[in-house]
Amino acid sequence: MSALEVRDLSKNFAVGRGLRRPQVHAVEEVSFSLRPGTITALVGESGSGKSTVARLIARLYDPTSGSILFDGGDIAHARRRRDVLRYRSQVQLIFQDPFGSLNPVKTVRHHIERPLRIHGVVPASRVEGRVHELLDTVGLVPPAEVAAKYPHELSGGQRQRVAIARALAVEPKVVLADEPTSMLDVSIRIGILNLMLKLKEEHDIAFLYVTHDLASARYIADDILVMYAGQIVERGPVEQVLAEPLHPYTRLLLAAVHGERIEERRGSASAAIDPTEGCRFVARCPLAVPVCSVTTPTLVEAHPGQSARCHVTAPAN
Amino acid sequence: MSAVATQTLIEVRGLEVEYGRVRAVDGVDLTIGTGEILGLAGESGCGKSTVANAIMQILRPPARIVGGSIRFQGDDLTGKRKEELRRYRWRNVSMVFQSAMNSLNPVMRVGDQFVDMMRAHEHISKSRALTRAAELLDLVGLDKRLVRAYPHELSGGMRQRVIIAMALALSPELVILDEPTTALDVVVQREILQEVEALKRDFGFAVLFITHDLSLLLEFADRVAIMYAGEIVESAPASRLAENALHPYTQGLMRSFPPLAGPRARLVGIPGSPPDLREPPSGCRFHPRCPHCLPDDATLYLRQTTERPRLREVEPDHSVACHLVEA
Repeated sequence: MSALEVRDLSKNFAVGRGLRRPQVHAVEEVSFSLRPGTITALVGESGSGKSTVARLIARLYDPTSGSILFDGGDIAHARRRRDVLRYRSQVQLIFQDPFGSLNPVKTVRHHIERPLRIHGVVPASRVEGRVHELLDTVGLVPPAEVAAKYPHELSGGQRQRVAIARALAVEPKVVLADEPTSMLDVSIRIGILNLMLKLKEEHDIAFLYVTHDLASARYIADDILVMYAGQIVERGPVEQVLAEPLHPYTRLLLAAVHGERIEERRGSASAAIDPTEGCRFVARCPLAVPVCSVTTPTLVEAHPGQSARCHVTAPAN
Repeated sequence: MSAVATQTLIEVRGLEVEYGRVRAVDGVDLTIGTGEILGLAGESGCGKSTVANAIMQILRPPARIVGGSIRFQGDDLTGKRKEELRRYRWRNVSMVFQSAMNSLNPVMRVGDQFVDMMRAHEHISKSRALTRAAELLDLVGLDKRLVRAYPHELSGGMRQRVIIAMALALSPELVILDEPTTALDVVVQREILQEVEALKRDFGFAVLFITHDLSLLLEFADRVAIMYAGEIVESAPASRLAENALHPYTQGLMRSFPPLAGPRARLVGIPGSPPDLREPPSGCRFHPRCPHCLPDDATLYLRQTTERPRLREVEPDHSVACHLVEA
């Protein structure tokens, strides 16, 4: 059973100027589903389209094509305020920057009260108590004291916990976490990751964890999706994929973090600008064969549960 | 990689730097040997960049050095005149800043930026400087023709290489890299580090590498110093630190990086957050976060909470500032 499913989701952005503006295929035919009580990691380099996927699901952008299935309906193009509001109360986004996502002149209490009132989660008489419960859940104690503080009185890790408490206020089914720890100090990152693990277990939330850090993905995720130049190039159970990666790009990422010697890079994520037929990774690929420049590979399940988009390591029959 | 620190290049003793009334660096001792890679690790606000800026002699008010000395090849820098320091910077010590790739002038060709920098420091003709710029670009793995390029035509990784080439232009004895790769993707980051290692082998300069990524340092540096709240709490050869970190803060940092192989055990990290240096904790600055600071042992607890531990050599070349570690 899935909490949310995206099917063939695509998003193009026009870049540059002129009559025929080049199109960046930031996200191209991305399909996956998020399951309750499961963390799905979405990894890739900057410009790979991973954050765009999270923003499309949060309905911050309109997709160019494809669908987002939630609660029995396609909300990819929902327009009615009531529908969007209901969807947004169920699917919450946590941003990278805990310094920019809180209002500096409002207290912690204000940030967590607001969604409770707007979405009418609890009766007015219960709001105060619920705020304290939420702060307690995310490890901000004593709640009464923290609730009265302003963002500038909190550390980066504490602010990110406030952002998480705010997301939880509406009792979401899905939480999209876009690099939630990359701006935090290393010693407090683990605390935020552990909090996500606890929430997944205790609240049965379906998490999408967007990151460029493979080690943290392995630490908290169940499944992994690897994106390159707008496409999912590999997917599967996280331990399996990182132990035996199929796609040459996943292998390159792993070699880089393992400290192995790597070969010069010849292409980049700009492979997503007006792409032509053929594999997007071909210019950087050590395994490339002639067909790679001619035909775009499809995602093929090469091992049970593990698929890759590669003519060489996951050939279609 | 073993340290071949035959000669002392930089010697920092009891360095104290204040920003207004906040003491950001409080009694730091550091030694960098000729051709050595010293890693300086710590979290934001621990003072690691301030130490680098002090060595480079580019601290600006309100920051000022209030105590200690910095010697370059035995020469104390703190008493030097402005003109002498201007010659020292870039010629003896150069620096690659955190977001250096954004520090190139966007409306000037790459080559001209080399020319400007070189002519500010030595008598060299424009055409000689341009030829040298092309050689330097080649050295860091870029196409020589990029001297004619504008910065916006280059990717982040290429711009970072340009900056590294500039830092090498006057053949300095020490290159300071302040988080040179944090803004880059892992693959590019790896390539740049490989490049720096290769250049270091060819030219023999020393490197002061500053980062919050301890796992990177353990692999890349000869020696590593760990900073916390303005002090150095541990310093040892990288291989030794990887096997036998003694300070609870270093141990906590090590436990903060999830492994890419082996069992997926739950990690604990370090509770709490780095202290506010306007009001540093009494005694050991790490004691509010230290898992070994418990009131059970009253005598030890009193020392931990009231007495500042001193950095002591517990084994040759391995120093720790912790009450738990007795010499």
